[in-house]
Amino acid sequence: AAVPTQVVPGADPSARQLCFAWGPAEVLVCETRFGRAGGSRSPSRSRSRALTGSVADTGEGAPGSSRVFVVRRDQDIYIQTLRKLFNESHGIFMGLQRSEEELAGKSRKAQLVQVSKNYRSVIRACMEDMHQAAVSTRDPALQGQYSTQVSILSAMELIWNLCEILFVEAAAAGPLLLRLLDWVRLHVCDVDSMVREVLSSENPSKHKLFWNVVDVFVLQGRMDEARHLLSKEVTANPTSMNMYKILDDLMKKMPMPSLGNTQTLTELELKWQHWHEECQRFLQDGTFASNPHMESICKILVGDEDAILEKKELMTTWYHFLVTRLLYSHPTVKPMELRFYAQSSMDLFLGGESSPEPLDMILMAAFEFEMHQVIKECSIVLSNWWFVAHLTDLLDHCKLLQSHNLYFGSNMREFLLLEYASGLFSHHSLWQLGVDYFDHCPEFGRVYLELHIERIPLNTEQKALKVLRICEQRQMHEQVRSICKIMAMKALRNNRLGSALSWSIRAKDAAFATLISDRFLKDYCERGCFSDLDLIDNLGPSMLLSDRLTFLGKYREFHRLYGEKRFPEAARLLLTLMTAHIAPCSFWMTLLTDALPLLEQKEIIFSAEQTYELMRCLEDLTAGNADKQKFQEDDVETTKVEMLRLALARNLARVIVKEGTVEGS
Amino acid sequence: AMEDVSAKFVSQKISRTRWRPPPAAALQPPDVFATGSWDNEDNRISLWSADDLGNVGLSGECHGEPHLLCDIQHNGDVMDMQFLDQERIVVASSTGTVTIFRHHQNNQTLSANHRWERAHYHVDQDTSCGGAACTGVVCNNPEIVTVGEDGRINLFRADQKDAVRTIDNADSSTLHAVTFLRTTEILTVNSIGQLKIWDLRQQRNEPSQIFSLAGDRVPLHCVDRHPNQQHIVATGGQDGMLSIWDIRQGSMPVSLLNAHEAEMWEVHFHPSNPDHLFTCSEDGSLWHWDASTNVSEKPSFLHQGGRSTTYLSHNTINQSVVSAWLSNDPTKDRMEITNLIPNQTLSVNSLDVLGPCLVYGTDAEAIYVNRQLFA
Repeated sequence: AAVPTQVVPGADPSARQLCFAWGPAEVLVCETRFGRAGGSRSPSRSRSRALTGSVADTGEGAPGSSRVFVVRRDQDIYIQTLRKLFNESHGIFMGLQRSEEELAGKSRKAQLVQVSKNYRSVIRACMEDMHQAAVSTRDPALQGQYSTQVSILSAMELIWNLCEILFVEAAAAGPLLLRLLDWVRLHVCDVDSMVREVLSSENPSKHKLFWNVVDVFVLQGRMDEARHLLSKEVTANPTSMNMYKILDDLMKKMPMPSLGNTQTLTELELKWQHWHEECQRFLQDGTFASNPHMESICKILVGDEDAILEKKELMTTWYHFLVTRLLYSHPTVKPMELRFYAQSSMDLFLGGESSPEPLDMILMAAFEFEMHQVIKECSIVLSNWWFVAHLTDLLDHCKLLQSHNLYFGSNMREFLLLEYASGLFSHHSLWQLGVDYFDHCPEFGRVYLELHIERIPLNTEQKALKVLRICEQRQMHEQVRSICKIMAMKALRNNRLGSALSWSIRAKDAAFATLISDRFLKDYCERGCFSDLDLIDNLGPSMLLSDRLTFLGKYREFHRLYGEKRFPEAARLLLTLMTAHIAPCSFWMTLLTDALPLLEQKEIIFSAEQTYELMRCLEDLTAGNADKQKFQEDDVETTKVEMLRLALARNLARVIVKEGTVEGS
Repeated sequence: AMEDVSAKFVSQKISRTRWRPPPAAALQPPDVFATGSWDNEDNRISLWSADDLGNVGLSGECHGEPHLLCDIQHNGDVMDMQFLDQERIVVASSTGTVTIFRHHQNNQTLSANHRWERAHYHVDQDTSCGGAACTGVVCNNPEIVTVGEDGRINLFRADQKDAVRTIDNADSSTLHAVTFLRTTEILTVNSIGQLKIWDLRQQRNEPSQIFSLAGDRVPLHCVDRHPNQQHIVATGGQDGMLSIWDIRQGSMPVSLLNAHEAEMWEVHFHPSNPDHLFTCSEDGSLWHWDASTNVSEKPSFLHQGGRSTTYLSHNTINQSVVSAWLSNDPTKDRMEITNLIPNQTLSVNSLDVLGPCLVYGTDAEAIYVNRQLFA
């Protein structure tokens, strides 16, 4: 088949070759003439996939300026009406993945056929919606679009239905013909309006299309309806009564395959042979010679190819011709014989006047049982991955595709599912559906999900929570960390320290919790009071996430104790913060300053031992900072140190006196 | 039974579904509901008619499937939505804007009636300010209270241009939902597992009471108050847990009930039959909780979910009130729970119950109406 071509806008015709490189996600980059004026080569995004992609959107700009072409991997993903198809089929897909493989034989097959029918009913429902949309819109361009979609959906359903009969159900000789008849009746709708018109007319037998409708019924094997209509003609035209009775009897007696096991194929063949000979006899007798309409019907009954072909307009397609031909010449056709009849039917029907279209080639491949060819042709022709991905998955569940591995890694089922799901992820809101498809791609699904999920824009916390849930359920720790970090950074930028902290707690991101704790402490140092007390007072076990967070919580606890005038406890806690090295060194000065009012209390709070420890802390701090210029030159700091030393010394003196007195007494 | 549920795929992810309140004296079940969408390039507020099953439409093919009455574009994700009265809907947007939409029933159109731009916003360090998602709204006509990711609480009146009252920095973490406790008091839940009561008469910008979950501070996403016994409050958390609180005492929940496997997005007591409670979740399930005391007298509809019906031991601490939700009588102390959606995979973001009717919406872009909840 010819590969569709796409003109790359701005390609330099003088260049001998055009080089492409993949950019991130959907971007394909190539060198163009655009932007040369500015002296820089500008990347042009071109179609991502030569077969089904399309240039969906072009950037605006004067000729010669830089342009960006956004390419969509799967054009149909963006059609609003098809969202119903994507969502509803997602449910069916998930059901199929969950379904019990252990069901054996017939019940498993029945289950798979049901799944297939469910997929088709979704396609049909979508088709009806699209049809309604086409009818109700006044915009002719839109109407055209909808109509195109209807015909694409209809073709999809036609192909799917045939695949269901041949591959999923794998109907055997006998029932096969019945299924094919149903298939033709369901899909050849061009004559439906004619049938309706005749049947609803006051006197059908006088209608100019009367015999056409009878023929349609006969060609489709709808014998009861044909006979019913014929009976109307005979009441209007009693002279042909005899002829009619014979024809009616032949039509009534026509042996048909049955779905049950009531007759064997041999029995059917015998009966059919007998009936066939009877028809032929009447034809040779010239029984119907006086009525060309009835004669042609009888010719159809005996399977006369020329007579059937004469009704070409009523069949409209070669595959209708094929099924009619099988019905009247080879009712017990075996699946493997189909290819022969299909090919010759197509040749006869088209008669060299027109060449087969892609749809014909796909159906032909199906009749030839070339499943991979069907999928390949569909991938080329259809503008979506939905069809091939779901069909292939279903065929894979029927265990029909197992031996086929692709040279580029995963098998065909997975390859197509990955393509479809990637398309979903490129969509603004359908990305959620994509997750489940990746989940069912054992080889590369996880990697694809990891790469795609990070690109989901997180505009609200709610959405971030949904993305996070997806990652957490799949133990994607790297992505969980990254999402929480993004959200924490956002919150931090918005001065929402509390939110920022809860995000880093969720990701158990100690480093970030430390960073936020430092912001809290900085704020405290600047303003002299804590913000977000509701959070800091309620850290609970999450306090242990980072040392700095622990310090923040404990330091706040010190303030609470102090506020509640529980001075000894407050003092003990303050000291522990330094001696147990919970407080960062940079904060020791603040802590020591906090100790000042406690040292100045009327009552003695710090014991001698505690006072010694405080002194050591102060000396450690000043000694550690001795080499730093700042410490010595800063008058305020020096004064503070002096004040502290004085207060400590006085406290020590008071304590010694007090403790000495107590011991002495 | 499941066949009583009608579904419609609407090609947009649904974030909120709400029944229109029936006129004061009306006895007939609700027939109109509103939906809001999220995460679409073009989000919408839509009004639907959920015709009665027996009520055959003009074309004669009505199978009770909801049909669209009218819709209107909405800027940003619909975060929350509440009917103010029969004609007006208040909508909270991810852009921080709060809008009142009016439904004109004579010509079936929707229009924006009033808008508070950026009712919720961040004060950015670098730029001036940006909208912050408004996460919850509750109405008690004419009063409207909103909460947001900015930790702010706004009190509006439908007929006034400016906010009646704003509490900046009411919460240091994200406020996820709000509901009225009494006419002057509201309840909020936040992302660090706290339930707070605010008295709007008081000028202090601090909650009058704080309740919180013990242990890990699991975020709370939704809150509802018992319609008759105002001290009983239900909340749903990130871990899918249902918490029942008695706000007269203690600072911790009275009972914790394991339910969903992921975020519980909404919890609703049945407004006229409050022994029944409904919850929905990110895990794609919708639970019906029945706390009516005598298990053996259960109406049969409770068994409709069949295999997913389970009994949970009610883990109560408190016993002072005779309420199905607080009782701890060991013989009666059983709760029957039914999952109304088997096999669902994507999140059920919202639900609403009124009379015999349930409506819910999902991320699978479908809305469902069950008109015979107690049949």
